[in-house]
Amino acid sequence: MITIDAKDMHYKELNKIIRENIASGIKNFFLENVNGQYYIGDGIKGDDITITVNGVPGNDLGVFMDGPSIIVNNNVQDNVGNTMNAGKITIKGDAGDVVGYGMRGGRIYIRGNAGYRIGIHMKGYNTQIPVIIIGGKVGSFFGEYMAGGVMVLLGLNNSEELAGEYFGVGMHGGTIYLKKKIDFSKYSKEVEFLEANDEDMIFLKKYLIEYANDFNLQAEDLINGPFYKIVPSSARPYAHLYTSSAL
Amino acid sequence: MTKSSFTNIQSEYLAVIDHAKCVRCKRCIQNCGWGTYSFGGDKIIADHSKCVACGRCYTYCPEGAISILKNPTVMRENGNWQDYHIKNIWRQSETGGIAISGMGTPLKYKKYFDHILLDACQVTNPPIDPLREPMELKTFLGKKPSKLELDFNEDDQPVLKNPMPPQIELATPFIFAPMSYGSISLNAQKAMALAARALGIVMNIGEGGLHDELVPFGKNIIVQVASGRFGVNRDYLNSGVAVEIKIGQGAKPGIGGHLPGEKIGADISRTRMIPAGTDAISPAPHHDIYSIEDLRQLIYAIKEAINYEKPVSVKVAAVHNIAAIVSGIVRAGADIVYIDGFTGGTGAAPIIIRDNVGIPIEIALAQVDQRLREEGIRNEASLVAAGSIRSSADAVKAIALGADAVAIGTAALVVMGCHICGKCHTGNCSWGITTQRPELTRRLDPEEYGEKLYNLINAWSHEMKDILGAMGVNSIESLRGSKERLRGIELTDSELKVLGIKHAGM
Ligand code: SF4
Ligand code: SF4
Repeated sequence: MITIDAKDMHYKELNKIIRENIASGIKNFFLENVNGQYYIGDGIKGDDITITVNGVPGNDLGVFMDGPSIIVNNNVQDNVGNTMNAGKITIKGDAGDVVGYGMRGGRIYIRGNAGYRIGIHMKGYNTQIPVIIIGGKVGSFFGEYMAGGVMVLLGLNNSEELAGEYFGVGMHGGTIYLKKKIDFSKYSKEVEFLEANDEDMIFLKKYLIEYANDFNLQAEDLINGPFYKIVPSSARPYAHLYTSSAL
Repeated sequence: MTKSSFTNIQSEYLAVIDHAKCVRCKRCIQNCGWGTYSFGGDKIIADHSKCVACGRCYTYCPEGAISILKNPTVMRENGNWQDYHIKNIWRQSETGGIAISGMGTPLKYKKYFDHILLDACQVTNPPIDPLREPMELKTFLGKKPSKLELDFNEDDQPVLKNPMPPQIELATPFIFAPMSYGSISLNAQKAMALAARALGIVMNIGEGGLHDELVPFGKNIIVQVASGRFGVNRDYLNSGVAVEIKIGQGAKPGIGGHLPGEKIGADISRTRMIPAGTDAISPAPHHDIYSIEDLRQLIYAIKEAINYEKPVSVKVAAVHNIAAIVSGIVRAGADIVYIDGFTGGTGAAPIIIRDNVGIPIEIALAQVDQRLREEGIRNEASLVAAGSIRSSADAVKAIALGADAVAIGTAALVVMGCHICGKCHTGNCSWGITTQRPELTRRLDPEEYGEKLYNLINAWSHEMKDILGAMGVNSIESLRGSKERLRGIELTDSELKVLGIKHAGM
């Protein structure tokens, strides 16, 4: 275990210290006084590594991460879990824009709200299913170009509007679950709005229990349905867009 | 309703068989990826409408019995309405689709390389004979320090005070341009990997991930990160000698990529790390890059992930404001900037973009080099020029206009048999290049074509040495950005000015 005081430290130095300590076998990190440092946990590997962050980490938290867990006791900025491959990021506060861009595996649990462009181009592959759960609401472009994986939008904070504009545009894989029914008529024509079935609920249950435990919530409150789901109508949204040119 | 006759648009080419010569071996039937030929009981029959003039059949016909002719049936000639305008209108009115095609633009825009002449020595300074004297082509790509500070070690030998930023070492200033597995076959990628290793240069694997069989070629590979982030993870970033962020492509600036689901078989699915059968969509922007500041963020996210041990390149298409854009990219921390001119190749692009968007590489290069010099940051990044480098002369001219190295894409495919038929997007390439059909890819032997690629780059390198020798310099370094050794012909004052060269005779 190691505690690092990040006060006034440049991200380059902070991340170097983390990398070096991982290389020498340290598994547990406590970062104090974090204040906007970028790239914490960038490209680190190892399922048994845990980083607890006190303060607000900067952009690209957990970018390219492959296995470790990061717990943030505050808000986070943009690009959390960018192109993340495996591991877990738990955020007690809100998240900024672009969460889980191109994410291929692992989990991101956000207690509060998240900004624009959440889960863009997330992909599932083989046994890897990336999962993002957001406690509150999200901004526009939620799940744009989503190609795989699962996002859950709980709307726990009694917000009126669960999501902004352009929900699921270009979505061609994966599933979005909602705990609240929304008027989907104004959204993307490329997706379908359905009620979640038993199979969905079995899948969701284990993640929701974990989410509840992480944030000291009552699991039953989360699991009790109904849930709604959004899936793409086609894995090939642009199949008929093209014609062969004469030239 | 009667069926529209537009489906019978006259064939572009006629596949004509000389039945007197034909021995009915049926090789043409096997060789054609487009299914032009069939056996009619006693003779070979050709369906002209399927022929794309890829040249495979006559290359492999043992009897020389096949001629591919341009269809002599004329459309009424019209200098304004070209026949491709008319045919595309028909096709699009049938399908409602965006017209797409493969390869770079076939339209005859002015090629500036063809209007630039090189200098040579006569009397006042001597040429150098590269056969007898050493001639250095070795090239290092990466950020160079603005000045060298030296210390002396115990043995009184000079050593660098500050460590040199990471570099890619090239034995000769060529690299193989990014072409992904998916857009081209694995065998085509392997041929380039083998050649790159033998030549001491690098290939760029494009945005489609790194196939297991290419992993051993890591020292000769640049890996790419594009907006789709296919196959990108920590290990991937660390598997080559550099990482390139792909922003744009010369053939389709501002346009994303789209590999249709039917081309995503098990192997491509594994390499791209996406499910089989789904469309592989690369959005037009990286959705984490909406500004130069955001680009900087991704550059440094990658540098952190690779522990600052390898250079990071940024690939952009040559567009109108390219000099300012590249200046921003360099300031954002890129160690290499790859500029792709508008005649660059593609696996598939909407022709409306390919044929109408972007600027020539010659002009882009001259402007970028000039701007970076004026700003005093030319040393901060190396420049790679691409966009149909057709010969060693084009390469030399590009270097004199300011490039550190050039990238070879289409030319490398031509080595593998490509006849630039422009039908790569169909996935039927008879040469086994831009296809994933196993019966077609099997015919592309990586060893054989790896050797031919080796021969080509070797030949071009020799030619490059000859040119350098004639100019009286003994290293490619001395020619880099040396526009004084170039002269223009048949160019206007404005053209000469943007290229930064004088007219011949001046
Ligand atoms: S390859 Fe030539 S000889 Fe053989 S069947 Fe075809 S046209 Fe005849
Ligand atoms: S690579 Fe493309 S242009 Fe070349 S022969 Fe194959 S299909 Fe034609």
